[in-house]
Amino acid sequence: MRTLLFRSLIATPLSQPLPPGPEVALDTLATCLDGAARRRLGRSLAIRALDAGSCNGCELELNALSNAFYDLERFGLRFVASPRHADVLLVTGPVTANMREALARTYQAMPGPKWVVAAGACAIDGGAFAGSYAVLGGAAAGVPVDLRLPGCPPRPHELLRGLLALMDPPRRHDAGDPPGDRAAPRSA
Amino acid sequence: MGALEDLLASGAPVAGPAPWPRVVLDAVGWTAIGEALAEGALSLAALWGEADAVHAALLDETAASLAVATLACPDGRFPSLGRRHAAAIRPERAIRDLFGLVAEAAPDARPWLDHGCWAARQPLGRALPQEPAAPYAFLPAEGEGLHRMAVGPVHAGIIEPGHFRFAVNGETVVRLETRLGYAHKGIEALMQGATIERAAGLAGRTSGDSTVAYALAFARAAEAALGVAVPARAHWLRALMAELERLANHFGDIGAICNDAGFALMLAHCAILRERVLRTADHCFGHRLMRDLVVPGGVALDLEAPAAASVRDLLAEIHRQFPRLIALYEGTASLQDRTCGTGIVAPGLARRFAAGGYVGRASGRDFDARRMPGYQPYGQLRFEVPVFERGDVDARVWVRIREVEQSLSLLAQILQAMPPGAIRVNLPPGGGEGMALVEGFRGDIFAWLSLDAAGRVRRCHLRDPSWFHWPLVEAAIEGNIVADFPLCNKSFNCSYSGHDL
Ligand code: SF4
Repeated sequence: MRTLLFRSLIATPLSQPLPPGPEVALDTLATCLDGAARRRLGRSLAIRALDAGSCNGCELELNALSNAFYDLERFGLRFVASPRHADVLLVTGPVTANMREALARTYQAMPGPKWVVAAGACAIDGGAFAGSYAVLGGAAAGVPVDLRLPGCPPRPHELLRGLLALMDPPRRHDAGDPPGDRAAPRSA
Repeated sequence: MGALEDLLASGAPVAGPAPWPRVVLDAVGWTAIGEALAEGALSLAALWGEADAVHAALLDETAASLAVATLACPDGRFPSLGRRHAAAIRPERAIRDLFGLVAEAAPDARPWLDHGCWAARQPLGRALPQEPAAPYAFLPAEGEGLHRMAVGPVHAGIIEPGHFRFAVNGETVVRLETRLGYAHKGIEALMQGATIERAAGLAGRTSGDSTVAYALAFARAAEAALGVAVPARAHWLRALMAELERLANHFGDIGAICNDAGFALMLAHCAILRERVLRTADHCFGHRLMRDLVVPGGVALDLEAPAAASVRDLLAEIHRQFPRLIALYEGTASLQDRTCGTGIVAPGLARRFAAGGYVGRASGRDFDARRMPGYQPYGQLRFEVPVFERGDVDARVWVRIREVEQSLSLLAQILQAMPPGAIRVNLPPGGGEGMALVEGFRGDIFAWLSLDAAGRVRRCHLRDPSWFHWPLVEAAIEGNIVADFPLCNKSFNCSYSGHDL
């Protein structure tokens, strides 16, 4: 183990600056939240992820956000276990009839102010599963949605860019630099 | 004669299904299936319904053959197989929820996928108006000092929804009961009447982590139904994608299992390898999970030469890094202390449930759909199927480690020997009935597809390996401590969505 740790110390970091995204999309994202909301959140965002019935593809990419390449915590973003600690409810998947109540209760358990992000085609409008007897629709069928991130599933950097737009005016990120200090070298 | 041949001889063969036969049985013949399953002469590969019939896909592992048995249910009832064979209980409960067909004398009459929330009951059969659902009656556990813990459907991590009900005595789990169905999206209903293209898209969204394997199972079933021969290169490209998918998932699992034993270093390193696989897939095919690339008739995109070079680079990088991680796993006593001897699935149980993938192979069940029944191009490739006997978390980790090595070898062989040529053919008009058994990273996925004369989906059933893994999770955790549940559960990594459909 010691050699592995040592190698990791001297290796170059894998974490990458966020690739710039399409301007238009960012501007649309930014209008979702007013300035007051953004000031309140500052540079820290606690996210409670909730799978409302997804195919599990979106979860894979949410999990990827924690790997050394994306390292979402360097941006002040973190996933929390309890809705009581969350600013943002990140919903993936269509809302199945069987998950309607769990979704509503999770949202109710969050303290205000709170926001809802619908991540992925299914969470936006039910995606491939819209119209089923077992599906109510996108996240908006259960909770008020503030931000929509398209993709099936959205790529990790698309998720990151969307979440950062909640915290900061988008133009800051076009420079490619994460807010705050650059992280120390990471494991390789 | 083998058990399956006996069974086939006792029924009326149906013309058309490919590549395996289907016979219509009477109630006596159907009951005989239950006996053959209970004796272990046959394995249950799938059990599903239609509006007025039930079907069972049966595997004779010694004779290496597969067949489907059908029983018509004009009065909405059929003899329960679950009465003799526990692996059939949950599929029978699902059949009742979806089609309203009742398994007579079934040991468990509780609903399974239907939580009383759909607009109608029995949505795929004679739909009935919804009634207020009675509270779900969890199985009892009685005794001094027992208490109950309810977990889910919303969990602390980023995972799928499902409910776990523990009965514990102090730290020790006395009984675990899972309740699933939260991710039920009605995929089979959405498929009915859909075009093949639309249904293929739905199949690829049944369990996102196995999108290639599901798309492959569906495509192979469609091609069997229509009698289509796919170009050779398409088979090889499909195998390339399937092995990349296996690699990505096994890296993810190995890391996540160790992380649930409190060893985050392994997760950090495995997650890097997983990310490298996904980026290579993205570079080659334009999608990190390779969704919608395996299509009925072939594959949607070819592998260009520079992309092939990137796969070679990936293999080299994994060969550099992975041995160190294996050594780390083997050499960390505190980690081994958690994985060895934890969450044991007895070999007999794995066999009875015909558990596929790493769950079966960690408990001595030497089965891999790539080898039996087998499909192209695996007959032309050299690979071993690792099998362990101990059935604990450690054995399930080791199966994955060895399978990573096999996949690396398979990918190298594929790059070496992939034939040139076309990658896709057009599907002919018409209908038919086809089936497929495909080895996903988690285990074998069974697909059955019936197309009407216009080439639209009449009925499709997709059986996830998790149907036969979930009950074993319950068995594996018994007598372990609650704190080891995440570790045990992750070592199975069952699909909720694939199971709930
Ligand atoms: S958007 Fe795509 S990846 Fe996400 S849950 Fe829906 S089908 Fe799965």
